[in-house]
Amino acid sequence: MLADQDRVFTNLYGMQDIGLAAARSRGHWDRTADLIARGREWIVDEVKASGLRGRGGAGFPCGLKWSFMPEATGDRPHYLVVNADESEPGTCKDREIMRHDPHTLIEGCLIAGFAMGAETGYIYIRGEYIRERELLQTAIGEAYAAGLLGADAAGSGWRFDLYCHHGAGAYICGEETALLESLEGKKGMPRMKPPFPAGAGLYGCPTTVNNVETIAVVPTILRRGADWFSGIGRPNNTGTKVYAISGHVNAPCVVEESMSIPMRELIDRHCGGVRGGWENLKAVIPGGASVPLLPKSICDDAIMDFDWLMQNKSGLGTAALIVMDQSTDVIRAIWRLSKFYKHESCGQCTPCREGTGWMMRVMERLVTGDADPAEIDMLLDVTKQVEGHTICALGDAAAWPIQGLIRHFRDEIEDRIAASPARTPLAAVA
Amino acid sequence: MNRRFATEQPESFAFTDANAEWARTQIRNYPPGRQASAVIPLLWRAQEQEGWLSRPAVETVAAMLDMPAIRAYEVATFYFMFHLHPVGSIAHIQICGTTSCMLCGAEDLVAVCHDRIASAPHQLSVCGKFSWEEVECLGACANAPMVQIGKDYFEDLTADHLTEIIDRLAGGKIPRPGSRSGRYSSEPATGLTTLAAGAGERPAESPAVRRALECGDTLFGMPQ
Repeated sequence: MLADQDRVFTNLYGMQDIGLAAARSRGHWDRTADLIARGREWIVDEVKASGLRGRGGAGFPCGLKWSFMPEATGDRPHYLVVNADESEPGTCKDREIMRHDPHTLIEGCLIAGFAMGAETGYIYIRGEYIRERELLQTAIGEAYAAGLLGADAAGSGWRFDLYCHHGAGAYICGEETALLESLEGKKGMPRMKPPFPAGAGLYGCPTTVNNVETIAVVPTILRRGADWFSGIGRPNNTGTKVYAISGHVNAPCVVEESMSIPMRELIDRHCGGVRGGWENLKAVIPGGASVPLLPKSICDDAIMDFDWLMQNKSGLGTAALIVMDQSTDVIRAIWRLSKFYKHESCGQCTPCREGTGWMMRVMERLVTGDADPAEIDMLLDVTKQVEGHTICALGDAAAWPIQGLIRHFRDEIEDRIAASPARTPLAAVA
Repeated sequence: MNRRFATEQPESFAFTDANAEWARTQIRNYPPGRQASAVIPLLWRAQEQEGWLSRPAVETVAAMLDMPAIRAYEVATFYFMFHLHPVGSIAHIQICGTTSCMLCGAEDLVAVCHDRIASAPHQLSVCGKFSWEEVECLGACANAPMVQIGKDYFEDLTADHLTEIIDRLAGGKIPRPGSRSGRYSSEPATGLTTLAAGAGERPAESPAVRRALECGDTLFGMPQ
């Protein structure tokens, strides 16, 4: 188990003061100017050496992403944009950072901004997080008043301005190019890539978009050293991670733990175990709604990191575990996610706009069993036609939970159909 | 929910002086010529002021930002937090219905709203004071099931809790937001497994709840 002194977010539950003086007493904003004085190259190299992978879901190496920004600032300004549009079902980790440990994020923004030549940062926070936004804005105000932001930020000689911007209820704005569109005042519809944001992002300028947690852990990595961070977890899956556990556990919670912690240990140690005991477990969605679920047989040995979950045909995603016990109608649980994706598709790409509705309607009938067994494979086929055929990954995200359901619970779907009195012959629905 | 403007529209819209001043400072957060970036914050402020977003309000914001009206219409109709129709004059209750909340009892909360407010989402109660809808994941999954009312989250709810919250609102009071199961924020209900040092001296309420109680603005600008 991770020791408290190895946690980055020492006020995750807001039980201590969230103000600047208290944040300083917990070690934040400590000699920030000295870190910046060591130069861009050193910062990027340390972040690379720490093995930090993006905490927003995709797990892209953070230092590598930063190195895509042009080295010299030309006539176009550089921008840092923080993705705080936390909307992936099951995920509620960045919320705790923003409302209870906001100075970790603000200090991270200054350092990351310097490292990529950005004098301006925008934090795009989801519209529903209103108190979180107010608390974060208060912390930004404190930082300005103390000279930690603005001209000569924290005495570093670097100018850095940081603004809080908000959305208005659209999951798709968590996709980085949709977020940039939204930040420019448009509908949140993803852009074609290339060009990538590092070449042409916000207002057509070089931009890097990072998740809240990714940015917020950087100052601590630099202070304690890349070796400290990379010594936690498994190779290629390093560091601490904020997990969010919801659903059928005795004590759902948000908790910072080591990367690569066994799933069972995470649930037993911090969540009081699965409701009714581990044997009562049916399935877990390990990384937010977009990743395929895992049945208990796989959860028994599951390790919570990028590589293990990927090898087992799921993903770490946002490290948001949705736990389902034996009482769960797992078909219905996944149908609800299909409904979510149908609601949140931006409508730009036909396979996603039409496919999400189609998949939801078939899932609706699988819940009642009012379907033909052949439709299971037909549904699987449709998920494959949506997957990989859209501008952004929302289409993939809508397809994967259904693929996971069919992979692991096909028997249950078939039994439901067999037991249903209102079975519709396939010819009638085709 | 149809994303069209309401049939009945007010004649005009104007920000209050305080909100107009706030809007001018907000626009300065973006580079010159990029004032359109402020469209969501300004539309949201208009909605906070009026309770819902009317067509004149959208057009006023578009004019302030030097945007063609159609671009602002697009934004107003795209984002689901914008209410294009009037909502309950006291409160519009938004129940998170996505999987984590569903597994933990969100459907019981929908049933409360169905019985107490209106049989269909987005429909005003007979008294006109309440409306409700099921929304997608609000990002408080470790405190499921939950609802958002105005600026605040009400978490770890049962049907009885939500009934009591509606009763308080109907009686002209603002209920205390946050967890209803005695949790401080998102720590395990069975006791701290991490960060126990110093936790004993914590204030009675978490920062977000404290702020809500101090400001008393859970229901923001909704006309009472």
